[in-house]
Amino acid sequence: MDHANNSAYQAIPRWVYALAAAGGLFVLLPLAAMVARVNWPQFIPLITSDASLTALGLSLRTSAASTLLCIVFGVPLALVLARGQFPGQRVLRAFVLLPLVLPPVVGGIALLYTFGRQGLLGKSLEIAGIQIAFSTTAVVLAQTFVALPFLVVSLEGALRTAGTKYEAVAATLGARPTTVLRRVTVPLVLPGLASGAVLSFARSLGEFGATLTFAGSLQGVTRTLPLEIYLQRETDADAAVALSLVLVAVAVLVVGLSYRRGRAWIPAEAAQ
Amino acid sequence: MSITRKAVAALFVTGALAAGLAGCAGTPGTPGAAGSGTLTVFAAASLKATFTTLVAEFEGKNPGTKVVLSFAGSSDLATQITQGAPADVFASADTKNMAKLSDAKLLDGTASNFATNVLTIAVPPANPASISSFADLAKPGVKVVVCASQVPCGAATDAVEKATGTTLTPVSEESSVTDVLGKVTSGEADAGLVYVTDVKGAGDKVKGIPFAQSDQAVNTYPIATVGSSKNKELAAAFIALVTGSEGRKTLGDAGFGTP
Repeated sequence: MDHANNSAYQAIPRWVYALAAAGGLFVLLPLAAMVARVNWPQFIPLITSDASLTALGLSLRTSAASTLLCIVFGVPLALVLARGQFPGQRVLRAFVLLPLVLPPVVGGIALLYTFGRQGLLGKSLEIAGIQIAFSTTAVVLAQTFVALPFLVVSLEGALRTAGTKYEAVAATLGARPTTVLRRVTVPLVLPGLASGAVLSFARSLGEFGATLTFAGSLQGVTRTLPLEIYLQRETDADAAVALSLVLVAVAVLVVGLSYRRGRAWIPAEAAQ
Repeated sequence: MSITRKAVAALFVTGALAAGLAGCAGTPGTPGAAGSGTLTVFAAASLKATFTTLVAEFEGKNPGTKVVLSFAGSSDLATQITQGAPADVFASADTKNMAKLSDAKLLDGTASNFATNVLTIAVPPANPASISSFADLAKPGVKVVVCASQVPCGAATDAVEKATGTTLTPVSEESSVTDVLGKVTSGEADAGLVYVTDVKGAGDKVKGIPFAQSDQAVNTYPIATVGSSKNKELAAAFIALVTGSEGRKTLGDAGFGTP
């Protein structure tokens, strides 16, 4: 895993290691504490109950759908932000990244006043016979809203790192912009796009606040795994812990996958 | 997010309690002069308005006392107390969560019931689906939001459904009664099943439609001193206020019934 661009100087003060260890423990300890509370003899029955499996299935389906939406709208957004030049670009970037720092419940309220029955667009949609509130569509919208910035940030970073040399060459050879995008740009940033998509999926999977506020909670329709955990916690702590562990396992898998896919996803350089 | 807030609140409460204990000197005697110090009251979210009023009264009558209120769902509060949260008084929205603490021997003495609450139908002020009875909620196309069976208001909803022989097909089963109310006040739902006190507290944002069968599911609110309380006299004085005539009047004005 060693990278060629690592410099020879590698002395890290010891106290940094000590603080790093404390930081690592701070994340690991709660997870370990949760694992310790799992009722193992009942684990399989708890996570394979009808309600649990329905919630997991719904979570996976809606997260896949919202990841797709993130790619459809996030790739153009990232391209425009990284390569385009137009007034208000910085403002647009700031607004696209806003859901990263907004409490999800605020996102839920905002979506409610946009797509809700009494909302900005909801009224016209209702006349057209489209009802979004309390539907699986509402879950997907909530997830897309909170996950989109993850894809945009990763991809914009990858685009900036890749530069535009190859595109320029392709253009001088007579390739049209769409051809350049399809044959040069996208293949170049594919690792960044993949890890952005994986992160968006993970964020969608964990979405809770916006969904609860905007979509409601009904088994098989809007009650995703995090909502099921929240509800089970009221009466059955064992079930809540078991389901939490499932979500942790999926999250570990997803983050691991994203690390393997490429290292271009570190958003620091794009977050300015 | 809310966990962090709770953690911060717990730290704050601990600090306040420690500071309060230093100057605490309970003097037994007449009610209204039960002593000074800090009292931490964990109360069900539905008691927010009434307990805030009652605490102001209590602090006025007992100069030098400070009451810290923490409102949340009853099961959350019961869990927090089980995990060692520093509460002096616990007021639950159902007997089940109080029984959890009582079974775990975490109470001082026994709990006393101080209020009741029943369900009512809440509709947006314009009543778009023209709801006038419980049976109307089962009409096709009516968007009804209820509480999930796991929480007290949902258990009450199940009981009413059984008693009336009406089966609802809700568009959402929320984890808290405030979420149900929110879906009605925002106009997303045509109707929701909430407590009468929620409708009263929401003012003109929703309209309440009472129904006869609501007495099939009466929620009883118990209150008790927590066993680990360091200020049991003050706790007892507060409970006396809540269960006494003043408490009865404030609770009655908010729509609560007498147990």
